[in-house]
Amino acid sequence: MKTLEQTTDEILNLAAAHFKVSRAELQASDDFFKKLGIDSLQALELLTRIENHFGVELPDYEVAGVSDFRTLATRIQARL
Amino acid sequence: MAANEYKGKSLCWHVADGVVEVALDRAPANEIGLALLDDLERFAAALPELESQAGALILYSKQSAGFSAGADLRELYTLVGQTDAASAAKGVRQFLERIHAVLNRIDMSPLTTIAAVHGVCFGGGFELALTCDLIVADKMARFCFPELRLGLIPGFGGIPRLKRDIGNGMVRDLLLTGRSINATKALAIGLASQVAAEGEALRLARSTAAQITKFDRGTAASAKQFIKPLPAEELRREIDIFCRLFALPAVMQGLRKFVEDKGVHPYLP
Repeated sequence: MKTLEQTTDEILNLAAAHFKVSRAELQASDDFFKKLGIDSLQALELLTRIENHFGVELPDYEVAGVSDFRTLATRIQARL
Repeated sequence: MAANEYKGKSLCWHVADGVVEVALDRAPANEIGLALLDDLERFAAALPELESQAGALILYSKQSAGFSAGADLRELYTLVGQTDAASAAKGVRQFLERIHAVLNRIDMSPLTTIAAVHGVCFGGGFELALTCDLIVADKMARFCFPELRLGLIPGFGGIPRLKRDIGNGMVRDLLLTGRSINATKALAIGLASQVAAEGEALRLARSTAAQITKFDRGTAASAKQFIKPLPAEELRREIDIFCRLFALPAVMQGLRKFVEDKGVHPYLP
């Protein structure tokens, strides 16, 4: 079982790679909409990449209102 | 320009090696409004000649955002806002009748049809993909019926066609929660028949089409006609239900919220 920190770290790596930003610029508490300057369609791309990486299904209503990486990781943890 | 080749503002097609390739190409995400409907009608009119030259058809998108984000809600909101309720209702019904005619024609084509889907495949875009016999989904594809968020049901034939393809329980889940699903889930429920690696859906669709064109066209058309009946009665009922719901105030409120949302969340629940 992954720890919350591990899951958060993997999500940060995925986000950095997908949106082509430096991993060092991203923090677990960041608002990813603001930090990455993304819209809802791009957020769905990130969600898809996260689902594919972790092999989980995460209904988008479960992440509605979530905008920081750590909270997103808790939603993933609940599905692992 | 010959009927086997066309390049419009939002759609283009050509025939190569016995396969019709149709590309959606309207920025930003192939929203289906009057312009794309015009091109789709032109395509439907050209289909008889294209069908005489080909054995398979591939429908895909040239837009990086995905296959299609669905109906052009901004255009719909603007047009409805420019007229009275009765005229708006009449216009919506006319639009639905036109899009149903086109989608039914694609659905019933004797060609074996393949939707190569990447990225967003929402609402009316999802309904367009569902007219095809096979869906090849890129690993980053995402399918969704978000219409209930607007106080509507899918209006381009989505529910009857999805119900034809997959179990009713999953249809209800997608319809009643408005959630989106990825390609892996789409494969698991029988919506997609193949999942491609990222960026490979069109190549895989071409490979599949090349296999399909080896078979006798008449036999393939007979097999398709046998296994894929048009749910005509339900498609008619869907238009009526959509039009009844469209007259309710909740719809304009939902459209206004979507169109006037200056934030980043319009495609999230």
